[in-house]
Amino acid sequence: MSISEVENYTPSPGLLTRLGMETELGLAACYQCKKCSAGCPLTFAMDLLPDRVIRLALLGQEEKLLSSRTIWVCSSCETCTTRCPNGIDIAGVMDWLKEEALRQGKSVPQPEVAAFHRFFLENVRDGGGRVGEAKLVRRFTLFKLRRRPDLGELIANLKLGAKLLKRGRLRLAGPRALKDRGQIEKIFEGSGLRRS
Amino acid sequence: MKVSYYPGCSLEGTALDYAASIAGVAPLAGLELLEIDDWNCCGASAAHSIDRVLALALPARNLALAAAAGLDVVVPCALCFNRLKAAEKALGVSKGEADGFKIWDLLDYFAQDRVLNALAEKVTRPLANLKAVGYYGCLVARPPAVTGKQDFENPQNLERLLATLGATALDWSYKTDCCGAGLTMPRPDLIDTLAARLYERALKAGAECFVVSCQMCQANLDLSQERISRKTGKNYYLPVFYFTEFIGLALGHPDVKKWLRGHLVDPLPLLAEKGLI
Repeated sequence: MSISEVENYTPSPGLLTRLGMETELGLAACYQCKKCSAGCPLTFAMDLLPDRVIRLALLGQEEKLLSSRTIWVCSSCETCTTRCPNGIDIAGVMDWLKEEALRQGKSVPQPEVAAFHRFFLENVRDGGGRVGEAKLVRRFTLFKLRRRPDLGELIANLKLGAKLLKRGRLRLAGPRALKDRGQIEKIFEGSGLRRS
Repeated sequence: MKVSYYPGCSLEGTALDYAASIAGVAPLAGLELLEIDDWNCCGASAAHSIDRVLALALPARNLALAAAAGLDVVVPCALCFNRLKAAEKALGVSKGEADGFKIWDLLDYFAQDRVLNALAEKVTRPLANLKAVGYYGCLVARPPAVTGKQDFENPQNLERLLATLGATALDWSYKTDCCGAGLTMPRPDLIDTLAARLYERALKAGAECFVVSCQMCQANLDLSQERISRKTGKNYYLPVFYFTEFIGLALGHPDVKKWLRGHLVDPLPLLAEKGLI
C-alpha cells in the first residue's frame, strides 16, 4: 500500500474500536496474507481489494472505506470469511461498513445497490411480512429510470418480465400479508430503517 | 418422515417451478413437508447488508415458529438457509440435533444415504449420458462457522445424487463460486461477468447442463443466458435444472414437463436428444 492511498484522509482512531466493540470481527489478527482478495470473485469491480479494506480499517481510514465502491459490489458470497486463516469475518466487515455509511448519511458510490436493499426491506415491511417480487422490480425499475434512463435495458427487462409471466414465474399480485403482521411491524420499528 | 418446511419468498414467485418440483418429489423421498404457518421473509442479503437488527430479528421469528412446531426444518433456498442458521448461531436457539430441531438445507436432506437408497430403488429412467456439473453456489456451505458444513470447498452431495440417478457428474473447480446472487437487479453487468465465467468453465469440463440447489443461482444462470449470449456473441445453450427436477426425471414423475416449462433456457431439446422425454 502506498502512502498516497492514505495521506489525504484523516485517521479515525476510534474506527477499530467500534468495529471490535459492536461486532466480533477480529480485524487486528490480519497479517495481510491476501487470501481474501485472491479468492474474491468480484475484485474486477472493486476500487479497494478486500485485504486493503482490512488494512485501512486497522489504520482508521474511515472516510476512504465508507466512500468505497467495494463494500457495495461485494456479493456476500462469504469466500473471504471462510478462507481467512485468522478467522476474520471480512464479509461481516463489509456489511458493517455499508450500514455505517448509510447511518452517517454518506454519499454512496453505488446508489442502485443501496436503494435496492432499502426497497427490498420496505417491500417486506409494507407488504406485511413477505417479499412481493413484482412490486419490488417495478419500484426499482422506476428508480433506475429516473436516475439514468436506458431505453434498451428497459425494453429488455420488459421482454424478460413478459417471458416470466408467460411461464408462470412472475406473480403480479403480491403475497398476502401475514396473519400476525403486527409482529412484523414491531420488528421493523426496532430497526434502523426509517419511514420514507 | 414429517418435517417443517420453510419455502421462502422466491418459491412463491420466480421459483414457483422449484416449489412445484419439491412438492412433487418429496413424497418419493418419504418426506412429508409441513409448511411453517405464517412464516415471514428471512431478510435476505438486504437485511444483513444494511440493518443488523432486521438481519437477526426477521429469521428469529421463523425460528420461534419452527421451535413451536418442534420438527426439523428443511429449507430449499440457500439464502434463507444461511440467514436461519446465522440467527440460530447468534441467538443460541438450537445447538443442533440434540437440542430441539435441526435446520437442513434441502439438498443435504436428500443426500442422506437412507434417502438416496430409497430414491435409487425408484429410478425408472436413469439419466444415462446426461453430462452435468453440480453447481452449489455460496450460501448453503459458507461460512462453515454458520452452516456447520464440513465439505465447504468441494461438496459432493450433488455428485452423489446425480450418480444415484444415473447421470454423469463432471468434476470442475467452480462449483462453489459466486453467481452474483442478490446483485441481479442493481448490477446485472456483474452477473453477466460471473455467469459467463461459469458457462465457460462448465463447457470446458464437458457439461451439457447445470444442476443447482439454489433458486438464486438458477435465476442468474437461466434468466441471463440469452442476454449474455447476445453480449458475448456466443450462443450458449446450458439448461439449468433444479436437483429436484432431475429426481423427477429419473423417477418418471408425470409433472416434470410442467416444471421445466418455467425455464427460459428450454431443457427439452437436450432431453429429447438424450431420449429422456
